Amino acid sequence: MKYMILISHNKQARDAWESFTDAERAKGYQVHADLHNDLVESGEMVVAEALADPAQAKRILVSDGRATTTDGPFPEVKEHLAGFYMVDVDSVETAIEYAARIPEARYGLVEVRPVLGNSGTDL
Amino acid sequence: MSATSHIEDLLREHAQQVVFALARRRGDLVACEDAVQEALLAAALQWPSDGVPNNPKGWLTTVASRRWTELWRNDEARRRREQAAALMEVLPDGPVPGADDTLTLFLLCCHPSLSRLSQVALTLRAVGGLSTAEIARGFLVPEATIAQRISRAKQRLRAVGAEFHMPPPHEHRERVATVLEVLYLIFNEGYTASSGPQLNRVELTTEAIRLARQLRAQFPQDGEVAGLLALMLLTDARRLARTGPDGALIALAEQDRTRWNRAAIAEGVDIITETLAGSPIGPYQIQAAIAALHDEAPRAEETDWRQILALYGLMETVAPGPMVTLNRVVALAMVEGPQAGLDRLAALESGSGLAGHYRVHAVRAHLLDLAGDQAAARDHYEQAARLTLCIPEQRYLAARAARAGRC
Repeated sequence: MKYMILISHNKQARDAWESFTDAERAKGYQVHADLHNDLVESGEMVVAEALADPAQAKRILVSDGRATTTDGPFPEVKEHLAGFYMVDVDSVETAIEYAARIPEARYGLVEVRPVLGNSGTDL
Repeated sequence: MSATSHIEDLLREHAQQVVFALARRRGDLVACEDAVQEALLAAALQWPSDGVPNNPKGWLTTVASRRWTELWRNDEARRRREQAAALMEVLPDGPVPGADDTLTLFLLCCHPSLSRLSQVALTLRAVGGLSTAEIARGFLVPEATIAQRISRAKQRLRAVGAEFHMPPPHEHRERVATVLEVLYLIFNEGYTASSGPQLNRVELTTEAIRLARQLRAQFPQDGEVAGLLALMLLTDARRLARTGPDGALIALAEQDRTRWNRAAIAEGVDIITETLAGSPIGPYQIQAAIAALHDEAPRAEETDWRQILALYGLMETVAPGPMVTLNRVVALAMVEGPQAGLDRLAALESGSGLAGHYRVHAVRAHLLDLAGDQAAARDHYEQAARLTLCIPEQRYLAARAARAGRC
Protein backbone atom coordinates (compact mmCIF):
# COMPACT_ATOMS: atom_id res chain seq x y z
CA MET A 1 0.00 0.00 0.00
CA LYS A 2 1.19 3.46 -0.84
CA TYR A 3 0.80 6.26 1.67
CA MET A 4 1.54 9.94 1.37
CA ILE A 5 3.09 11.50 4.46
CA LEU A 6 2.33 15.21 4.24
CA ILE A 7 4.25 17.73 6.31
CA SER A 8 2.71 21.15 6.85
CA HIS A 9 4.20 24.24 8.44
CA ASN A 10 2.46 27.02 10.34
CA LYS A 11 3.51 30.06 12.32
CA GLN A 12 4.10 28.07 15.49
CA ALA A 13 6.44 25.64 13.72
CA ARG A 14 8.20 28.45 11.88
CA ASP A 15 8.76 30.42 15.11
CA ALA A 16 10.11 27.34 16.81
CA TRP A 17 12.45 26.65 13.89
CA GLU A 18 13.68 30.25 13.85
CA SER A 19 14.44 30.11 17.57
CA PHE A 20 16.65 27.04 17.11
CA THR A 21 20.41 27.18 17.42
CA ASP A 22 22.52 25.95 14.50
CA ALA A 23 23.13 22.72 16.33
CA GLU A 24 19.42 22.18 16.89
CA ARG A 25 18.72 22.84 13.23
CA ALA A 26 21.44 20.43 12.18
CA LYS A 27 19.73 17.84 14.33
CA GLY A 28 16.43 18.53 12.59
CA TYR A 29 18.00 18.08 9.16
CA GLN A 30 19.63 14.88 10.35
CA VAL A 31 16.27 13.40 11.38
CA HIS A 32 15.02 13.87 7.82
CA ALA A 33 18.24 12.56 6.30
CA ASP A 34 18.04 9.44 8.50
CA LEU A 35 14.40 8.87 7.67
CA HIS A 36 15.17 9.25 3.97
CA ASN A 37 18.04 6.77 4.18
CA ASP A 38 16.04 4.25 6.16
CA LEU A 39 13.23 4.33 3.60
CA VAL A 40 15.64 3.88 0.69
CA GLU A 41 17.47 1.13 2.53
CA SER A 42 14.29 -0.79 3.35
CA GLY A 43 12.96 -0.57 -0.22
CA GLU A 44 9.88 1.38 0.92
CA MET A 45 10.67 4.77 -0.62
CA VAL A 46 8.63 5.94 -3.58
CA VAL A 47 9.52 9.63 -3.62
CA ALA A 48 10.23 12.43 -1.15
CA GLU A 49 10.66 16.15 -1.69
CA ALA A 50 10.79 19.35 0.29
CA LEU A 51 8.95 22.33 -1.15
CA ALA A 52 10.24 25.86 -1.54
CA ASP A 53 8.95 28.63 0.71
CA PRO A 54 5.35 29.70 0.04
CA ALA A 55 6.74 33.09 -1.05
CA GLN A 56 7.76 31.21 -4.22
CA ALA A 57 4.26 29.89 -4.84
CA LYS A 58 2.15 30.92 -7.79
CA ARG A 59 -1.57 30.42 -7.92
CA ILE A 60 -3.07 29.73 -11.30
CA LEU A 61 -6.49 30.84 -12.41
CA VAL A 62 -7.77 29.81 -15.80
CA SER A 63 -10.65 31.74 -17.19
CA ASP A 64 -11.81 31.95 -20.80
CA GLY A 65 -8.95 29.58 -21.62
CA ARG A 66 -6.32 32.03 -20.35
CA ALA A 67 -4.13 31.37 -17.33
CA THR A 68 -3.29 34.20 -14.95
CA THR A 69 -1.08 33.83 -11.89
CA THR A 70 -0.98 35.42 -8.46
CA ASP A 71 2.31 35.40 -6.56
CA GLY A 72 2.53 34.03 -3.03
CA PRO A 73 2.74 34.15 -0.12
CA PHE A 74 -0.99 34.17 0.48
CA PRO A 75 -1.77 35.86 3.81
CA GLU A 76 -5.04 33.98 4.33
CA VAL A 77 -3.23 30.60 4.34
CA LYS A 78 -2.47 29.58 7.92
CA GLU A 79 -0.81 26.27 7.12
CA HIS A 80 1.10 25.37 4.00
CA LEU A 81 2.52 22.16 2.59
CA ALA A 82 6.25 22.05 3.26
CA GLY A 83 7.20 18.61 2.01
CA PHE A 84 6.14 15.02 1.57
CA TYR A 85 7.25 11.42 1.59
CA MET A 86 5.47 8.83 -0.49
CA VAL A 87 6.11 5.34 0.91
CA ASP A 88 5.10 1.86 -0.18
CA VAL A 89 4.70 -0.25 2.96
CA ASP A 90 3.01 -3.39 4.26
CA SER A 91 0.55 -1.56 6.54
CA VAL A 92 -0.74 1.81 7.66
CA GLU A 93 0.92 1.20 11.03
CA THR A 94 4.34 1.19 9.36
CA ALA A 95 3.53 4.46 7.58
CA ILE A 96 2.49 5.99 10.93
CA GLU A 97 5.71 4.82 12.56
CA TYR A 98 7.74 6.62 9.92
CA ALA A 99 5.54 9.72 10.10
CA ALA A 100 5.95 9.89 13.87
CA ARG A 101 9.71 10.35 13.45
CA ILE A 102 9.23 13.65 11.61
CA PRO A 103 9.91 16.60 13.97
CA GLU A 104 6.85 18.51 12.73
CA ALA A 105 4.71 15.74 14.22
CA ARG A 106 5.30 17.40 17.60
CA TYR A 107 3.09 20.23 16.40
CA GLY A 108 0.47 17.95 14.88
CA LEU A 109 1.52 19.00 11.38
CA VAL A 110 2.12 15.56 9.87
CA GLU A 111 -0.64 13.69 8.08
CA VAL A 112 -0.75 10.17 6.63
CA ARG A 113 -3.09 9.65 3.67
CA PRO A 114 -3.68 6.44 1.69
CA VAL A 115 -2.99 6.79 -2.04
CA LEU A 116 -5.78 5.66 -4.37
CA GLY A 117 -4.90 2.75 -6.61
CA ASN A 118 -6.36 0.84 -9.51
CA SER A 119 -6.50 -2.63 -8.08
CA GLY A 120 -9.67 -4.01 -6.66
CA THR A 121 -11.90 -7.01 -6.68
CA ASP A 122 -15.21 -7.56 -8.39
CA LEU A 123 -18.22 -5.76 -7.03
CA MET B 1 5.00 -10.83 -32.56
CA SER B 2 8.04 -8.62 -33.06
CA ALA B 3 11.60 -9.98 -33.05
CA THR B 4 12.36 -8.14 -29.82
CA SER B 5 9.41 -9.54 -27.94
CA HIS B 6 10.24 -12.98 -29.32
CA ILE B 7 13.73 -12.65 -27.83
CA GLU B 8 12.26 -11.39 -24.54
CA ASP B 9 9.98 -14.42 -24.35
CA LEU B 10 12.87 -16.72 -25.15
CA LEU B 11 15.00 -15.14 -22.43
CA ARG B 12 12.25 -15.33 -19.85
CA GLU B 13 11.60 -18.94 -20.75
CA HIS B 14 15.24 -19.94 -20.34
CA ALA B 15 16.30 -17.67 -17.46
CA GLN B 16 15.11 -19.93 -14.70
CA GLN B 17 16.49 -23.14 -16.23
CA VAL B 18 19.87 -21.50 -16.68
CA VAL B 19 19.85 -20.37 -13.06
CA PHE B 20 19.13 -23.95 -12.00
CA ALA B 21 21.75 -25.40 -14.32
CA LEU B 22 24.30 -23.05 -12.88
CA ALA B 23 23.12 -23.40 -9.29
CA ARG B 24 23.50 -27.17 -9.51
CA ARG B 25 27.13 -26.73 -10.42
CA ARG B 26 28.02 -23.66 -8.38
CA GLY B 27 25.70 -23.92 -5.41
CA ASP B 28 25.18 -20.27 -4.45
CA LEU B 29 21.78 -19.44 -5.90
CA VAL B 30 22.03 -15.70 -5.33
CA ALA B 31 25.37 -15.34 -7.12
CA CYS B 32 24.14 -17.57 -9.96
CA GLU B 33 21.11 -15.38 -10.38
CA ASP B 34 23.29 -12.28 -10.69
CA ALA B 35 25.47 -14.03 -13.26
CA VAL B 36 22.45 -15.16 -15.27
CA GLN B 37 21.08 -11.61 -15.21
CA GLU B 38 24.25 -10.39 -16.85
CA ALA B 39 24.08 -13.17 -19.44
CA LEU B 40 20.47 -12.17 -20.19
CA LEU B 41 21.54 -8.58 -20.60
CA ALA B 42 24.31 -9.63 -22.99
CA ALA B 43 21.79 -11.70 -24.96
CA ALA B 44 19.30 -8.83 -25.11
CA LEU B 45 22.04 -6.62 -26.56
CA GLN B 46 23.59 -9.13 -28.97
CA TRP B 47 20.80 -11.34 -30.27
CA PRO B 48 18.76 -8.67 -32.03
CA SER B 49 21.76 -7.79 -34.26
CA ASP B 50 23.71 -11.09 -34.34
CA GLY B 51 20.68 -13.37 -34.47
CA VAL B 52 19.45 -15.91 -31.94
CA PRO B 53 22.00 -18.72 -31.44
CA ASN B 54 21.00 -22.28 -32.35
CA ASN B 55 21.06 -23.35 -28.73
CA PRO B 56 19.94 -20.29 -26.73
CA LYS B 57 19.99 -22.10 -23.40
CA GLY B 58 23.49 -23.40 -23.97
CA TRP B 59 24.66 -19.92 -25.01
CA LEU B 60 23.17 -18.39 -21.87
CA THR B 61 24.60 -21.07 -19.61
CA THR B 62 28.10 -20.64 -21.05
CA VAL B 63 28.04 -16.85 -20.75
CA ALA B 64 26.49 -16.98 -17.27
CA SER B 65 29.04 -19.53 -16.15
CA ARG B 66 31.89 -17.34 -17.39
CA ARG B 67 30.37 -14.34 -15.69
CA TRP B 68 29.91 -16.30 -12.47
CA THR B 69 33.60 -17.08 -12.44
CA GLU B 70 34.43 -13.41 -12.89
CA LEU B 71 32.04 -12.38 -10.15
CA TRP B 72 33.40 -15.08 -7.95
CA ARG B 73 36.98 -13.92 -8.48
CA ASN B 74 36.09 -10.31 -7.78
CA ASP B 75 34.43 -11.32 -4.62
CA GLU B 76 36.79 -14.03 -3.64
CA ALA B 77 38.15 -12.61 -0.41
CA ARG B 78 34.67 -12.21 1.04
CA ARG B 79 33.51 -15.47 -0.40
CA ARG B 80 36.39 -17.46 0.92
CA ARG B 81 35.07 -16.90 4.42
CA GLU B 82 31.58 -18.12 3.62
CA GLN B 83 32.13 -20.55 0.86
CA ALA B 84 33.50 -23.77 2.25
CA ALA B 85 30.67 -24.71 4.57
CA ALA B 86 27.84 -23.08 2.65
CA LEU B 87 28.62 -24.51 -0.76
CA MET B 88 28.85 -28.04 0.50
CA GLU B 89 25.47 -27.83 2.13
CA VAL B 90 23.74 -26.23 -0.82
CA LEU B 91 25.15 -28.51 -3.48
CA PRO B 92 22.92 -31.48 -4.04
CA ASP B 93 24.53 -34.92 -3.99
CA GLY B 94 23.34 -35.94 -7.39
CA PRO B 95 21.31 -34.57 -10.28
CA VAL B 96 18.17 -32.80 -9.13
CA PRO B 97 15.04 -33.01 -11.27
CA GLY B 98 13.88 -29.59 -12.49
CA ALA B 99 10.49 -29.93 -10.85
CA ASP B 100 11.87 -29.91 -7.34
CA ASP B 101 14.03 -26.93 -8.19
CA THR B 102 11.05 -24.74 -9.03
CA LEU B 103 9.16 -25.64 -5.89
CA THR B 104 12.28 -25.13 -3.77
CA LEU B 105 12.80 -21.73 -5.35
CA PHE B 106 9.15 -20.76 -4.71
CA LEU B 107 9.50 -21.68 -1.06
CA LEU B 108 12.81 -19.87 -0.72
CA CYS B 109 11.41 -16.67 -2.26
CA CYS B 110 8.44 -16.77 0.11
CA HIS B 111 10.61 -17.55 3.12
CA PRO B 112 8.84 -16.61 6.38
CA SER B 113 11.71 -14.32 7.42
CA LEU B 114 10.92 -11.93 4.52
CA SER B 115 8.34 -9.14 4.50
CA ARG B 116 5.38 -9.58 2.19
CA LEU B 117 6.65 -6.85 -0.17
CA SER B 118 10.01 -8.63 -0.40
CA GLN B 119 8.39 -12.02 -0.99
CA VAL B 120 6.40 -10.56 -3.88
CA ALA B 121 9.39 -8.85 -5.48
CA LEU B 122 11.70 -11.85 -5.08
CA THR B 123 9.14 -14.34 -6.42
CA LEU B 124 8.54 -12.26 -9.55
CA ARG B 125 12.26 -11.77 -10.00
CA ALA B 126 13.66 -15.22 -9.26
CA VAL B 127 10.80 -17.54 -10.23
CA GLY B 128 9.03 -15.33 -12.76
CA GLY B 129 12.23 -14.07 -14.36
CA LEU B 130 10.93 -10.48 -14.57
CA SER B 131 13.48 -7.68 -14.51
CA THR B 132 13.47 -5.19 -11.65
CA ALA B 133 12.31 -2.56 -14.16
CA GLU B 134 9.32 -4.71 -15.14
CA ILE B 135 8.37 -5.33 -11.52
CA ALA B 136 8.72 -1.64 -10.76
CA ARG B 137 6.38 -0.76 -13.64
CA GLY B 138 3.90 -3.35 -12.45
CA PHE B 139 3.73 -1.86 -8.97
CA LEU B 140 4.26 1.77 -10.00
CA VAL B 141 7.28 2.34 -7.81
CA PRO B 142 10.84 3.38 -8.78
CA GLU B 143 13.11 0.66 -10.08
CA ALA B 144 15.65 1.46 -7.35
CA THR B 145 13.02 0.62 -4.72
CA ILE B 146 12.42 -2.84 -6.20
CA ALA B 147 16.16 -3.44 -6.66
CA GLN B 148 16.69 -2.54 -3.01
CA ARG B 149 13.85 -4.83 -1.87
CA ILE B 150 15.36 -7.73 -3.77
CA SER B 151 18.86 -7.11 -2.57
CA ARG B 152 17.71 -6.81 1.04
CA ALA B 153 15.67 -9.98 0.71
CA LYS B 154 18.75 -11.85 -0.51
CA GLN B 155 20.82 -10.46 2.36
CA ARG B 156 18.14 -11.51 4.77
CA LEU B 157 18.04 -15.04 3.34
CA ARG B 158 21.81 -15.26 3.75
CA ALA B 159 21.62 -13.87 7.27
CA VAL B 160 19.04 -16.39 8.44
CA GLY B 161 20.96 -19.17 6.72
CA ALA B 162 18.15 -20.07 4.31
CA GLU B 163 19.39 -22.50 1.70
CA PHE B 164 18.37 -23.84 -1.63
CA HIS B 165 16.84 -27.08 -0.48
CA MET B 166 13.36 -28.28 0.38
CA PRO B 167 12.17 -27.55 3.92
CA PRO B 168 11.20 -30.57 6.01
CA PRO B 169 7.81 -32.06 5.04
CA HIS B 170 6.01 -30.89 8.19
CA GLU B 171 6.63 -27.28 7.07
CA HIS B 172 5.36 -27.78 3.52
CA ARG B 173 1.71 -26.92 4.08
CA GLU B 174 2.39 -23.63 5.82
CA ARG B 175 5.15 -22.64 3.39
CA VAL B 176 3.03 -23.41 0.34
CA ALA B 177 0.17 -21.41 1.90
CA THR B 178 2.47 -18.37 1.97
CA VAL B 179 3.36 -18.88 -1.70
CA LEU B 180 -0.36 -18.94 -2.52
CA GLU B 181 -0.96 -15.69 -0.62
CA VAL B 182 1.89 -14.06 -2.51
CA LEU B 183 0.57 -15.24 -5.88
CA TYR B 184 -2.96 -14.09 -5.09
CA LEU B 185 -1.64 -10.71 -4.03
CA ILE B 186 0.23 -10.37 -7.34
CA PHE B 187 -2.92 -11.38 -9.20
CA ASN B 188 -5.13 -8.85 -7.43
CA GLU B 189 -2.57 -6.09 -7.82
CA GLY B 190 -2.70 -6.69 -11.56
CA TYR B 191 -6.45 -7.16 -11.78
CA THR B 192 -6.99 -3.52 -12.53
CA ALA B 193 -9.64 -1.74 -14.44
CA SER B 194 -7.23 0.14 -16.64
CA SER B 195 -8.43 0.76 -20.15
CA GLY B 196 -6.54 0.61 -23.40
CA PRO B 197 -3.34 -1.18 -24.19
CA GLN B 198 -0.65 -0.63 -21.60
CA LEU B 199 2.56 -0.77 -23.54
CA ASN B 200 5.56 -2.12 -21.74
CA ARG B 201 3.54 -3.00 -18.68
CA VAL B 202 3.90 -6.56 -17.55
CA GLU B 203 0.49 -7.97 -16.81
CA LEU B 204 0.72 -9.10 -13.22
CA THR B 205 -2.44 -11.19 -13.54
CA THR B 206 -0.96 -13.17 -16.43
CA GLU B 207 2.26 -13.56 -14.51
CA ALA B 208 0.42 -14.76 -11.38
CA ILE B 209 -1.49 -17.33 -13.44
CA ARG B 210 1.71 -18.52 -15.11
CA LEU B 211 3.39 -18.92 -11.72
CA ALA B 212 0.35 -20.72 -10.28
CA ARG B 213 0.50 -23.15 -13.22
CA GLN B 214 4.15 -23.80 -12.50
CA LEU B 215 3.45 -24.31 -8.83
CA ARG B 216 0.63 -26.74 -9.63
CA ALA B 217 2.90 -28.71 -11.93
CA GLN B 218 5.29 -29.14 -9.00
CA PHE B 219 2.66 -29.76 -6.38
CA PRO B 220 -0.21 -31.51 -8.19
CA GLN B 221 -1.55 -33.18 -5.06
CA ASP B 222 -2.33 -29.88 -3.28
CA GLY B 223 -6.02 -28.96 -3.63
CA GLU B 224 -5.49 -25.35 -2.62
CA VAL B 225 -2.81 -24.79 -5.28
CA ALA B 226 -5.27 -26.10 -7.88
CA GLY B 227 -8.04 -24.07 -6.23
CA LEU B 228 -6.08 -20.83 -6.53
CA LEU B 229 -5.21 -21.49 -10.17
CA ALA B 230 -8.89 -22.17 -10.92
CA LEU B 231 -9.97 -19.05 -9.00
CA MET B 232 -7.55 -16.88 -10.97
CA LEU B 233 -8.61 -18.35 -14.32
CA LEU B 234 -12.31 -17.98 -13.52
CA THR B 235 -11.85 -14.39 -12.33
CA ASP B 236 -9.51 -13.32 -15.12
CA ALA B 237 -11.94 -14.79 -17.66
CA ARG B 238 -14.25 -11.81 -16.98
CA ARG B 239 -11.59 -9.20 -17.38
CA LEU B 240 -12.58 -7.85 -20.83
CA ALA B 241 -16.20 -7.46 -19.78
CA ARG B 242 -15.33 -5.87 -16.48
CA THR B 243 -14.68 -2.38 -17.84
CA GLY B 244 -16.45 -0.27 -20.43
CA PRO B 245 -14.70 1.50 -23.32
CA ASP B 246 -14.30 4.59 -21.10
CA GLY B 247 -12.58 2.54 -18.38
CA ALA B 248 -15.60 2.54 -16.04
CA LEU B 249 -16.21 -0.59 -13.96
CA ILE B 250 -19.15 -2.77 -14.94
CA ALA B 251 -20.83 -4.80 -12.20
CA LEU B 252 -20.96 -8.57 -12.63
CA ALA B 253 -24.74 -8.57 -13.21
CA GLU B 254 -24.43 -6.04 -16.05
CA GLN B 255 -21.44 -7.46 -17.88
CA ASP B 256 -21.70 -8.60 -21.49
CA ARG B 257 -21.19 -12.29 -20.92
CA THR B 258 -20.34 -12.95 -24.55
CA ARG B 259 -17.05 -11.17 -23.85
CA TRP B 260 -16.06 -13.63 -21.13
CA ASN B 261 -13.16 -15.90 -21.99
CA ARG B 262 -14.83 -19.29 -22.54
CA ALA B 263 -11.57 -21.23 -22.76
CA ALA B 264 -10.38 -19.89 -19.40
CA ILE B 265 -13.77 -20.67 -17.85
CA ALA B 266 -13.74 -24.22 -19.21
CA GLU B 267 -10.24 -24.79 -17.88
CA GLY B 268 -11.06 -23.27 -14.49
CA VAL B 269 -14.25 -25.30 -14.17
CA ASP B 270 -12.43 -28.53 -15.11
CA ILE B 271 -9.70 -27.89 -12.54
CA ILE B 272 -12.06 -27.04 -9.70
CA THR B 273 -14.44 -29.91 -10.45
CA GLU B 274 -11.62 -32.40 -10.45
CA THR B 275 -10.05 -30.90 -7.33
CA LEU B 276 -13.22 -30.74 -5.25
CA ALA B 277 -13.76 -34.43 -5.89
CA GLY B 278 -10.38 -35.47 -4.56
CA SER B 279 -8.92 -33.00 -2.08
CA PRO B 280 -9.65 -31.73 1.42
CA ILE B 281 -11.70 -28.54 1.00
CA GLY B 282 -10.02 -25.13 1.44
CA PRO B 283 -10.81 -21.44 0.97
CA TYR B 284 -9.34 -21.06 -2.53
CA GLN B 285 -11.30 -24.06 -3.75
CA ILE B 286 -14.53 -22.66 -2.30
CA GLN B 287 -13.93 -19.26 -3.88
CA ALA B 288 -13.15 -20.94 -7.20
CA ALA B 289 -16.38 -22.93 -6.95
CA ILE B 290 -18.31 -19.68 -6.36
CA ALA B 291 -16.55 -18.01 -9.30
CA ALA B 292 -17.44 -21.04 -11.44
CA LEU B 293 -21.14 -20.70 -10.54
CA HIS B 294 -21.09 -17.05 -11.65
CA ASP B 295 -19.19 -17.87 -14.84
CA GLU B 296 -21.49 -20.74 -15.78
CA ALA B 297 -24.70 -18.72 -15.60
CA PRO B 298 -25.75 -17.76 -19.15
CA ARG B 299 -27.55 -14.67 -17.74
CA ALA B 300 -27.18 -12.95 -14.35
CA GLU B 301 -30.78 -13.92 -13.46
CA GLU B 302 -29.89 -17.58 -13.89
CA THR B 303 -27.09 -17.48 -11.30
CA ASP B 304 -27.42 -20.32 -8.79
CA TRP B 305 -27.49 -18.07 -5.71
CA ARG B 306 -28.73 -20.88 -3.47
CA GLN B 307 -25.58 -22.83 -4.04
CA ILE B 308 -23.44 -19.69 -3.73
CA LEU B 309 -25.12 -18.96 -0.39
CA ALA B 310 -24.32 -22.48 0.80
CA LEU B 311 -20.69 -22.10 -0.32
CA TYR B 312 -20.30 -18.80 1.57
CA GLY B 313 -21.73 -20.60 4.59
CA LEU B 314 -19.03 -23.22 4.20
CA MET B 315 -16.45 -20.48 3.74
CA GLU B 316 -17.50 -18.94 7.05
CA THR B 317 -16.58 -22.13 8.86
CA VAL B 318 -13.36 -22.81 6.90
CA ALA B 319 -11.97 -19.28 6.65
CA PRO B 320 -14.21 -16.72 8.36
CA GLY B 321 -13.63 -13.01 7.78
CA PRO B 322 -15.53 -9.76 7.33
CA MET B 323 -15.50 -9.93 3.52
CA VAL B 324 -16.86 -13.47 3.58
CA THR B 325 -19.64 -12.39 5.93
CA LEU B 326 -20.54 -9.49 3.63
CA ASN B 327 -20.56 -11.65 0.52
CA ARG B 328 -22.80 -14.08 2.30
CA VAL B 329 -25.22 -11.23 3.04
CA VAL B 330 -25.35 -10.41 -0.68
CA ALA B 331 -26.02 -14.06 -1.53
CA LEU B 332 -28.74 -14.21 1.14
CA ALA B 333 -30.40 -11.13 -0.35
CA MET B 334 -30.32 -12.71 -3.80
CA VAL B 335 -32.06 -15.81 -2.46
CA GLU B 336 -34.49 -14.35 0.08
CA GLY B 337 -34.85 -10.78 -1.12
CA PRO B 338 -33.13 -7.47 -0.31
CA GLN B 339 -34.93 -6.96 3.00
CA ALA B 340 -33.56 -10.24 4.39
CA GLY B 341 -30.06 -9.01 3.45
CA LEU B 342 -30.61 -5.61 5.06
CA ASP B 343 -31.90 -7.21 8.28
CA ARG B 344 -28.90 -9.50 8.44
CA LEU B 345 -26.54 -6.58 7.79
CA ALA B 346 -28.12 -4.56 10.62
CA ALA B 347 -27.76 -7.50 12.99
CA LEU B 348 -24.14 -8.03 11.99
CA GLU B 349 -23.03 -4.46 12.18
CA SER B 350 -23.86 -3.98 15.83
CA GLY B 351 -21.64 -6.81 17.00
CA SER B 352 -18.73 -7.09 14.56
CA GLY B 353 -15.70 -5.25 13.30
CA LEU B 354 -17.53 -4.47 10.08
CA ALA B 355 -18.82 -1.01 10.94
CA GLY B 356 -17.44 1.82 8.83
CA HIS B 357 -15.86 -0.32 6.12
CA TYR B 358 -16.65 1.01 2.64
CA ARG B 359 -17.84 -2.43 1.53
CA VAL B 360 -20.57 -2.35 4.17
CA HIS B 361 -21.83 0.91 2.69
CA ALA B 362 -21.50 -0.49 -0.84
CA VAL B 363 -23.46 -3.63 0.04
CA ARG B 364 -26.12 -1.73 1.98
CA ALA B 365 -26.45 0.77 -0.89
CA HIS B 366 -26.87 -2.08 -3.37
CA LEU B 367 -29.53 -3.79 -1.23
CA LEU B 368 -31.40 -0.52 -0.60
CA ASP B 369 -31.24 0.10 -4.35
CA LEU B 370 -32.80 -3.34 -4.99
CA ALA B 371 -35.41 -2.68 -2.28
CA GLY B 372 -36.41 0.55 -4.00
CA ASP B 373 -35.21 2.99 -1.32
CA GLN B 374 -33.32 5.28 -3.69
CA ALA B 375 -32.60 8.13 -1.29
CA ALA B 376 -30.98 5.91 1.30
CA ALA B 377 -29.16 3.96 -1.42
CA ARG B 378 -27.65 7.16 -2.76
CA ASP B 379 -26.47 8.15 0.70
CA HIS B 380 -24.63 4.85 1.20
CA TYR B 381 -23.20 4.78 -2.33
CA GLU B 382 -21.74 8.21 -1.62
CA GLN B 383 -20.22 7.11 1.66
CA ALA B 384 -18.76 4.01 0.02
CA ALA B 385 -17.28 6.17 -2.77
CA ARG B 386 -15.62 8.41 -0.20
CA LEU B 387 -14.06 5.48 1.65
CA THR B 388 -12.78 3.19 -1.10
CA LEU B 389 -9.08 3.34 -2.04
CA CYS B 390 -9.63 2.11 -5.57
CA ILE B 391 -10.12 4.73 -8.29
CA PRO B 392 -12.32 2.65 -10.65
CA GLU B 393 -14.48 1.58 -7.71
CA GLN B 394 -14.79 5.15 -6.56
CA ARG B 395 -15.95 6.14 -10.01
CA TYR B 396 -18.41 3.24 -10.16
CA LEU B 397 -19.91 4.00 -6.74
CA ALA B 398 -20.21 7.71 -7.50
CA ALA B 399 -22.02 6.86 -10.75
CA ARG B 400 -24.40 4.58 -8.84
CA ALA B 401 -25.08 7.36 -6.33
CA ALA B 402 -25.87 9.75 -9.17
CA ARG B 403 -28.16 7.18 -10.82
CA ALA B 404 -30.03 6.56 -7.54
CA GLY B 405 -30.40 10.32 -7.16
CA ARG B 406 -32.17 10.64 -10.49
CA CYS B 407 -34.89 8.10 -9.75
